Amino acid sequence: MKSKFTAPIGKISNMNGQCIPLIGNDIDTDRIIPARFLKCINFDSLGESVFEDDRKTLKGKHPFDLEENKNASILVVNSNFGCGSSREHAPQALMRWGIKAIIGESFADIFYSNCIAIGIPCFTLPKKSIEEIQNYCDNQSLFLEIDLKNSSAESKDLNFNLEIKESSRKMFLSGEWDATSTLLDNKNLIENKFNQLPYIKFNTNFL
Amino acid sequence: MSQDTLFDKVWDLHKVSSLPGGSDQIFIGLHLIHEVTSPQAFGALKDKNLKVKFPERTVATVDHIVPTDNQSRPFKDNLAEKMIETLEKNCLEHKIRFFNIGSGNQGIVHVVAPELGLTQPGMTIACGDSHTSTHGAFGSIAFGIGTSQVRDVLATQTLAMNKLKVRQIWCDNKLSKGVYAKDLVLHIINKLGVKAGVGFAYEFAGPAIHELSMEERMTICNMSIEGGARCGYINPDEKTFSYIKNKLCAPKNEHWDRALRWWESLKSDKNSIYDDVIKLDASKVEPTVTWGITPGQSISINQQIPLLDDLSPNDKLVAEEAYEYMSFKPGQLIKDTPVDVCFIGSCTNGRISDLRVAAKVLKGKKVSKNVKAFAVPGSEKVATEAKQEGIDQIFKDSGFQWREPGCSMCLAMNSDKLIGNQVSASSSNRNFKGRQGSPNGRTLLMSPAMVAAAAINGKVSDVREFIN
Repeated sequence: MKSKFTAPIGKISNMNGQCIPLIGNDIDTDRIIPARFLKCINFDSLGESVFEDDRKTLKGKHPFDLEENKNASILVVNSNFGCGSSREHAPQALMRWGIKAIIGESFADIFYSNCIAIGIPCFTLPKKSIEEIQNYCDNQSLFLEIDLKNSSAESKDLNFNLEIKESSRKMFLSGEWDATSTLLDNKNLIENKFNQLPYIKFNTNFL
Repeated sequence: MSQDTLFDKVWDLHKVSSLPGGSDQIFIGLHLIHEVTSPQAFGALKDKNLKVKFPERTVATVDHIVPTDNQSRPFKDNLAEKMIETLEKNCLEHKIRFFNIGSGNQGIVHVVAPELGLTQPGMTIACGDSHTSTHGAFGSIAFGIGTSQVRDVLATQTLAMNKLKVRQIWCDNKLSKGVYAKDLVLHIINKLGVKAGVGFAYEFAGPAIHELSMEERMTICNMSIEGGARCGYINPDEKTFSYIKNKLCAPKNEHWDRALRWWESLKSDKNSIYDDVIKLDASKVEPTVTWGITPGQSISINQQIPLLDDLSPNDKLVAEEAYEYMSFKPGQLIKDTPVDVCFIGSCTNGRISDLRVAAKVLKGKKVSKNVKAFAVPGSEKVATEAKQEGIDQIFKDSGFQWREPGCSMCLAMNSDKLIGNQVSASSSNRNFKGRQGSPNGRTLLMSPAMVAAAAINGKVSDVREFIN
């Protein structure tokens, strides 16, 4: 566990950090944070329980337990990362452990939107590039400098053009990734829409 | 880009605005909440000094953490008690309708909303639960969201989302005897893969889908997310309408006729354009069982666990992990695998028709002495109906434990858990590592009828041998 957690806020454009590779396809949110840790009414203590069962199974050899990764902040994963349950507890646990960005072959939809909603940019790279990073990390630490403006990741040995959904990229750069206030800006449009929907009128028994 | 599908029509109708980043602001017609993913959202509202915008469009129940043995309050588990108390308090404070234990309408959120008639064609429905796709069975556009998005829906009744592409999955012919909706959806996920649906809404269509009852359709749409599709739906038809008619929250009298006309107009047009179309023959589907650690790793009851060489390069990594975790050998038959626990329930298969089918298999038979078997009705209504029909007694006579409604061992947030590396035959939706409460517990997903057959034989069995 890292020093005191502070949630991201405002514009997100540059990130520097050490990569932590986690190999495996279809790593689901039950593995990221097992359901028993969802018995909580806030996210505060989730960081220490991230990957709890996988870590126990690997007895200290899980990437999240290795001494050399303890300050890492860029998670590098394979395909369909974060599949399964919609629990935001999964990215919240990763973030509270110290993850600030994720690079992967692909992400599950709900996990991806949860990450964006809490300020964790998720980038994609082709399988080959992910494997290149994972192999590189076998022997040495990889520090990446991520620049969201031109979607690049640079280091002394490796450089990549990252992919990210344009809508997400824009939201991070403008600082509007915390959607509530943007949505509230359209208060009148929301009222209008409510009044136009056919089923609002015929659902007199709704309440 | 898709055109004139039900998805397009409902999306466009609910679109409030185009957001600066390129995503759409979508109005949410029905918001469902439960105790696990809502407390932090209410907390965030408080932090931001915001109110719930349309409290009447949010409905709450409690399902994930409720004990199924003794539901008297306070719960034995302090954390569970704290969670239900928090939900009670939040609903009271924000004037949100809450179906609590004992109300007669409590249960798994995806079982409760349809049986109340809250779920209707043409609505957008969101809930902080990935199996919200279930409601698509009625021709609504329904999807799971995270807690920050729950906050957004509470505060604005809208969400920022990128429009999904639409893939039609056309199912020809019809299912054979002893083969159920669960087998079909497991088959679909196996054929397409667990991530094929990322970025897509799935439209399930064709004669085999048309033939299914509403509850079977819910099973299909429920598991869309296991194929990667956040949203799955079926065009509404006569079965949809007659299911909704006379439900508590259904439109009544002259409103009913108006609703019908509107619902009819929502169906995907004959000439709709899809981003992708997949066709399959439902009559070829056999009773299906998962053998691995993703819902895509399934085989027919008489098949062998695949050899590594038979799998695509992308599937090998997870297959190797699965052999090891499940202690299965490639080439081994799934049939006759001994099981320790049998679980019938969940938002996938915890409805009255699921219990009826299982009861038919169990009637006059006994659960194997090596098996712990339990049935958890999906809701208080389902439990009441089952009692009226004598189904609970059939379960009990066979040796099943009959429990109170809740999510139970689908995700094991209450005390219903696997122990050690027990093998469970489960009518739920996920066979992920550790999913059923033990870090090395093993889950075999199958239809409720197949779970009943496994319970009797103490091992994975072909339910077709139990029915004439």
